[in-house]
Amino acid sequence: MAYKKSPQAFKASINAVTIGTGDSAVTLGGENVMPLYTFDAPIEHRPAVGIAVSDTGIRTDLPKLDEFYEGATTLLDRAQKAAQLKEADFLSIVLDAADPNGDNRSVEDCVAEVKAIADAVDKPLVIEGCKNVEKDTELFSKVAEALQGKNVLLLSAREENYKTVGASTVMAYQQKMGAESADDINLAKQLNVLITQLGVDPGSVVMNVGTAAAGYGFEYVVSTMDRVKSAALEQNDGMLQMPIVTPVASEAWTVKESLVSGDDIPEWGDVEERGIQMEVTTAAACLASGSNAVILMHPESVKTISAFVADLM
Amino acid sequence: MALKGLDIFKLTPKTNCKECGSPTCMAFSMKVAQGAISIDKCPHMSQEALDKLSEATAPLMKTITVGAGEAAHQLGGETVLYRHEKKFVNRNLFAVTVTPETFDEKWEQVKGIDYDRIGERMYVEALALEYTGDADAYAALAEKAKATGRALILDCDDAAAARKALEVVGDAKPLLNGASAANADEFAALAQEFKCVLGVSGATLDELHDTVEAIEGKGLKDLVLNCSTASAKDAFEYAVQIRRSDLKGQDRTFGYPSIVNVAKLAPGDAHLQEAYASLFTVKYGSIVVMEEMSYADALPLYGLRQNVFTDPQKPMTVEPGIYPLNGADENAPIATTVDFALTYFVVSGELERAGVPVNLVISDAGGYSVLTSWAAGKLSASSIAKFISENGIADKIKSRKLIIPGKVAVLKGELEQKLPDFEIIVAPNEATDLVKFMKQFA
Repeated sequence: MAYKKSPQAFKASINAVTIGTGDSAVTLGGENVMPLYTFDAPIEHRPAVGIAVSDTGIRTDLPKLDEFYEGATTLLDRAQKAAQLKEADFLSIVLDAADPNGDNRSVEDCVAEVKAIADAVDKPLVIEGCKNVEKDTELFSKVAEALQGKNVLLLSAREENYKTVGASTVMAYQQKMGAESADDINLAKQLNVLITQLGVDPGSVVMNVGTAAAGYGFEYVVSTMDRVKSAALEQNDGMLQMPIVTPVASEAWTVKESLVSGDDIPEWGDVEERGIQMEVTTAAACLASGSNAVILMHPESVKTISAFVADLM
Repeated sequence: MALKGLDIFKLTPKTNCKECGSPTCMAFSMKVAQGAISIDKCPHMSQEALDKLSEATAPLMKTITVGAGEAAHQLGGETVLYRHEKKFVNRNLFAVTVTPETFDEKWEQVKGIDYDRIGERMYVEALALEYTGDADAYAALAEKAKATGRALILDCDDAAAARKALEVVGDAKPLLNGASAANADEFAALAQEFKCVLGVSGATLDELHDTVEAIEGKGLKDLVLNCSTASAKDAFEYAVQIRRSDLKGQDRTFGYPSIVNVAKLAPGDAHLQEAYASLFTVKYGSIVVMEEMSYADALPLYGLRQNVFTDPQKPMTVEPGIYPLNGADENAPIATTVDFALTYFVVSGELERAGVPVNLVISDAGGYSVLTSWAAGKLSASSIAKFISENGIADKIKSRKLIIPGKVAVLKGELEQKLPDFEIIVAPNEATDLVKFMKQFA
């Protein structure tokens, strides 16, 4: 009996959400097939790859990274270097230093710096907070106001602060927002329901449904994303059709494999190479499971994952 | 095609004799249809009915064994497309390519990758022997490779050279990976003669399908299907379509495990190969062949595989015992937490970041998080005290400082009574605060 292909394109599709403006704008989502299944139907907007720069500086034990950012002393310098990397579709600014338990930088300073970056680079911007809910709420509101018209994505609102973030970013200043939950399809859906009930247009929302480094509970990531995508496409669940954006860098570079120096465990070899492979493995697995965009730290990983996506499209 | 209970009922003797253990023939048929009971439990089934049913109720994807003895590995046997539906059955294998020229150097690297991760041995399970045109050199390579004790993949589409190699290593049950539309007859005969698994390729999915049917027609049932090496896009389509056509479309011609050669998809690019290896670990590669395997490549990939092939109904746990961190000796303090793998990783990671020597003692707490174990009565002052006394931990470690998770600070008083020699110290609630805590503690 001859082989019979049966394409499985769905009637439902993932929302298409655009960030940035003009020629450099990038659209996330829009597909009506399971992740990377171009053989079922064409995927118009390929998964995007972002490069992250943090305001706490860069690690000094990674020579290739140091070389890439050579001469860049400020966050603005680093952001400009990162934005020049042609394989990166967008730039993510991570405001780690705002953390009240860390450097506790003031909201005014952060906003001024982000504004300077937005004026200097023409890549779409994502702003990641410091994970402190109160500080992030204030940061996101002020950044959204300062960058009006730039169509930036603020990552992310959580159950505790979605009301203020939703109202002050999307509704007041027409920016895009992320909804963050931790590896659970029900929590992800509930947060989306709450956000849209505020009056936020679902087309302005992306999801971060949680992530982990490869080997560190990644099975939860795979299964959450598998279930989210099948609910969105097979069952046409409008509250799970937001594209998924996954910040990989913060997970991949904080596990033992990416931290311990080669001097401590000689057989493991170069720590930078280990970190890159951890970031690459995690990012590829996220894209295979359903991420519409991944955010990476190392330029080498960005190049690799960009080539990976291009090959599969 | 899956059978309905009624279809099976028609073939039963309908005597309700109860000898199968079910009250009626109908009840028995329903159970068979659900896969809950095997058809041969009925002693009165006719041979004709058995033949008809065993084919229809056979698993959609065959389980294939590659290699012999300690190097034997099971592949395939999968029943679902997504791991939340049911546990994936057989984890994928990683293989590294070797040629007569590169063997010595590569084996030196490959044999160095051998470590334990949460009770599972992590190593390169198979070597893929590339044929480079010299049959004698290939047979010599096969002999050397066999001595490594790893499973062998003979990547060779030259029947004469393959025969020479099989004469040397046939008893190791290698995967003979060389059949295609052009040489199907010859290779099928070789696989039959040496009783080994046959790897089949096709330039298109249609061609692969036709070739598999032709080979099955010769009575061969132990096959592995090659994903395209033309491009990553094609390889991914093969991997998904083969698995999906079988498990969802019930096309048993594709009911075999797959092999993906990522070395050919991105030659010389270790980073891109790593990305593909990750993709095919998540989606449907049964054997993933790479050019090299360093620790940098192995650590994330093996961790990912271990995650993906866990049972969704059962949390991943670590072996109870003493885990000395940061070069801890018998004088370093003891810290304790639960055996849930995620908790262990987070806690041990933060303790390592703190850099202070500490003996992390993991007791059996049922594989739940700290609070859940405590609520379920699996983590209590008694369980910790019992674990410490029964495992001779007080003899192995001289320190009498015991650090307990902040979330179970309530256990402090009871522990002080049960372990009077020990000073009980309560750690912070969140692992992220451990670095600061341990530095101050030291």
